[in-house]
Amino acid sequence: MADIAFLLIVFFLVTTTMYQDKGLSLHLPPVGETLEVKQKNICNVWINDKDQIAFYDATNQRLAAIKFAGLRADVEARLAANDKLIVSLKAQRGASYRMFVDVLDELKLAGATRISIANPEH
Amino acid sequence: MRFTRKTKVVSVVPTASMADISFLLLVFFMVSTVFVRHRGIPVTMPEAEKIEKLENRRIVTHIWIDGEGNINIDDQTIGLGQVGRIMHAKMTADPRTIVSLKADSEARFGLVSDVLEELRKVEALRVNFATKRERLPGEAR
Repeated sequence: MADIAFLLIVFFLVTTTMYQDKGLSLHLPPVGETLEVKQKNICNVWINDKDQIAFYDATNQRLAAIKFAGLRADVEARLAANDKLIVSLKAQRGASYRMFVDVLDELKLAGATRISIANPEH
Repeated sequence: MRFTRKTKVVSVVPTASMADISFLLLVFFMVSTVFVRHRGIPVTMPEAEKIEKLENRRIVTHIWIDGEGNINIDDQTIGLGQVGRIMHAKMTADPRTIVSLKADSEARFGLVSDVLEELRKVEALRVNFATKRERLPGEAR
C-alpha cells in the first residue's frame, strides 16, 4: 500500500509546477468613469512611436524630452513635490510594448501608485 | 556480581503508519496541483523589476499577444472583436478573474491598448502585465 501511495506522490511531485505568474499589476478604470483632476496634479508621460519619452506640460503645451535613465529620478522628484500626483502614461500606437512596460516599471519603482494609462490617439 | 538483562531492546521503525503518512502527502499534492492547461503562443515577454506575484492561479486568465499581432485566449487564436465576448463569459463565471496579459516585447502598444479597452468594456479591470523574470536592480536592459 505504501509503495503505491509513494509512487503516486512521486507522480504528483513531478507534475506539479511551482511556476508562478509574475508581472506588473494594474487596476484599470471602469468605462464611463470620468474624474475631474486638476491640471497641476497630473504628470503626463508620453512615449512616441520611436520609443522616445517626454513629459508633456499641459499648461504651456510643451513637450520636454527626457532620457530613460533620468525618468525615475525625475518622477520621484515630482512625486515628492506633490503627493496627489497622478502619472498619466500615454503611448502612441506604434510604440513598442517593451518600452511601455519599461516605463511602467520605472514609474512603479519611483513610487507612483496612481498611474493611469491614456488611450493613444488614432 | 553480574546483572543479567532480562529484556532485550529491539529497535524497530514502525512502518504501520507509513501508508497514512504517504497518503496524507498524496492528498496534499493532489489538492495543490494545478495542471498547465494552456500552452498559448510563443512570446518573448519583457523584463521588469517591480513585479508582483499572482497568488491564486485558478482565477487567472491568460491572454497572449505575439509580435505579429495575433491574440490568443485559452489556446484559441481570436480577433480583437471576440475578446470582449470571451472575457464577458469569464467575468460572469467568476467576477474575481485577473487577466494576465502575456504580450511579446516586440508587440505594438496600439494593439495592447485595444485589448485593454475591450477588457475595460467588460469590467475585467484587474490586469497583470506578465514579465519574464525579475530583473536585478541596476542590471542592463
